[in-house]
Amino acid sequence: MSQFLQATVNGLSLAAVYALIAVGFVVIYKSTQVLSFAQPALVVTGAYFVAYFGFTLGWNFWVALGLAVLIAIGVGLTVERAALRPMIGKPVFSVAILTIGLDVAIRTVINDLIGVDFLGVGSPWLGQWDWGGAFIRHAQVATIVITIVLVIAVMAFFQYSRLGLAMRAAAFDQEVALAQGISVAVVFAVAWGMAGGLAAVAGMLIGTGFAGVSAGTAFVALKALPAIVVGGIDSLPGALVGSLIVGMAEAYAATYQAGNFDFLGASFSQVVPWLVMFVVLLVRPYGLFGTKEVERV
Amino acid sequence: MRGRPGLITSYRRDIALFRTGTQRFWMVVLLVVAAWLPLWMPNDWLVPAAISLFAAIGAIGLNLVTGYAGQVSLGHAFFLGVGAYVAAALSTETGPGTRGLLAFGFDMIIWLPLAGLIAALLGVIVAPVALRLKGLYLAFVTLGLVFLGTHLFQSWKELTGGAGVGRRAAELNLLGYRLDKDGEVFGLFLTDTQKIYFLGFVLLIVMALVAKNLARSRIGRAFAAIRDRDIAAEIMGIDLTRYKVIAFGVSSFYAGIAGALLYTVTGFLEPTSFNLTLSVFYVAMVLIGGVATISGSIMGAVFVTMLPRLIDFAAEYLPYDPATGPLNTGQLEAIMFGLLIVFFLIFEPLGLYGLWIRVRNYWKAWPFSY
Repeated sequence: MSQFLQATVNGLSLAAVYALIAVGFVVIYKSTQVLSFAQPALVVTGAYFVAYFGFTLGWNFWVALGLAVLIAIGVGLTVERAALRPMIGKPVFSVAILTIGLDVAIRTVINDLIGVDFLGVGSPWLGQWDWGGAFIRHAQVATIVITIVLVIAVMAFFQYSRLGLAMRAAAFDQEVALAQGISVAVVFAVAWGMAGGLAAVAGMLIGTGFAGVSAGTAFVALKALPAIVVGGIDSLPGALVGSLIVGMAEAYAATYQAGNFDFLGASFSQVVPWLVMFVVLLVRPYGLFGTKEVERV
Repeated sequence: MRGRPGLITSYRRDIALFRTGTQRFWMVVLLVVAAWLPLWMPNDWLVPAAISLFAAIGAIGLNLVTGYAGQVSLGHAFFLGVGAYVAAALSTETGPGTRGLLAFGFDMIIWLPLAGLIAALLGVIVAPVALRLKGLYLAFVTLGLVFLGTHLFQSWKELTGGAGVGRRAAELNLLGYRLDKDGEVFGLFLTDTQKIYFLGFVLLIVMALVAKNLARSRIGRAFAAIRDRDIAAEIMGIDLTRYKVIAFGVSSFYAGIAGALLYTVTGFLEPTSFNLTLSVFYVAMVLIGGVATISGSIMGAVFVTMLPRLIDFAAEYLPYDPATGPLNTGQLEAIMFGLLIVFFLIFEPLGLYGLWIRVRNYWKAWPFSY
């Protein structure tokens, strides 16, 4: 039972991290029709700068987090303005590959900065609770709480603010939105800035885990991709549900595979997200909540 | 006709391998130069050059499925890996030296086609997914394939030796003749790398010709129709299932052959090398070279494979030294890749091929090229 509880909490905190990355991804996709493979780069950027300010320089954690979020937002805005603005109207796949190129370039620079070390992030959540054999780290609870708060904030922003309404309109139809006086350029910038900020927080949360911040942080971020696909790439609730499914599946696999299904190989749980994605896509080609594309000839 | 090479009066001439005598002439010159280069090239240039020939075969494969047929594949690394391991397992001499790895000791005449065919078979198995999924979702599935493949390669230790350990690449034993040992060929002394270079050279010519002919046949036209509008293609009577299966099969076959031979140059195989980065390299080759062109795939593959060597070479003449500076050659290379992909997509979507067309047109109209 304690093993199950442990796996569930691990899964929830994993799902929370995926959800933050996934929400940024979906926001970018909905408002700019860009499939961003550059999210892992934004995640490591954020994680690195939290570690740099908070751990290497020893500044206050919240100041470090705030600065890292600002830097990641800056990177997001720069990427959008410099590389993606000229690509408006180009085929979706070209743009997606372009983001892979950006991801490789940015990640190389950050990996060089990180070096071969594992950096801590200097977070205040270091302890853990013992619930009848299940060890629940404060960082895991913090991850879940922070994600819930941020996701509610993002949802509220889209629902109630004027800019959020503008972004929903632009996502629905860019030309009509333009005709209503909405600045689509601002919408694009806000989407990338928002995704950058969320990715930075996600990076910091990954960094609170045992592995800290390393070049491998980006691989955790990559596993948010199947989460998005499971939910359907253009659905915000889908991103949340997808993250939950993928995160839980991965955590349960990590807990129960060893000893029971050893023939699947060590660290099999790392590919579980992709397997879940295959199964879901074969049954529902547009993900669980994705909009079916209507094609004209 | 002689004075008006630009005038094309029939479809047959439009799709000809060489539209003009000039093209044929320069192709012969290029082939002669390419065959003559390895005879004097120093080894540190020859090794990447030989690798680039095999990479070109792989890039042609990816261009067939992604460039011609429009089926986005990020899973090329998986098929390269399949080819590499099938070849390594089939070719390794059976005996006590195998450390418990799978070894069958077949001749190259058997394992090379088999490496291609087994990869092709896996490609055919994946193809039906492409029937159900389109565009971006397909990209995701092929991306997932790479992750599953890496996991499989790492876990199946009898085949691959496991992560960090690896195994020797395929042995080039063609009908009892060793291509991976120094020796005389027709009275000419060749080193092992030179021999492998010539193997790649001949194979690339054959595979490129086959691909080019495939692309200008009925199958190639069907690919292009599917890429441009799959629904319209279906209405015109093109069997989507059939052609998507062909596209993935042929592409994976090329990847299998390329993978089987790529690592024979350096002689070593490591399971973690068949990762997303490798797939991105091949996508970069196709994009930088030119989408839906065979010559472009070759240019792209040569360019991308030679890039690290070129950076090293350029570094000798630059104030910045990668050996002591903050970024080493590998990192510079990775950054260059990323930025080159971005650069080509934004400024020259046709790739090196497009640059070449531009330069050619400039000189064609010279001195009135404005």
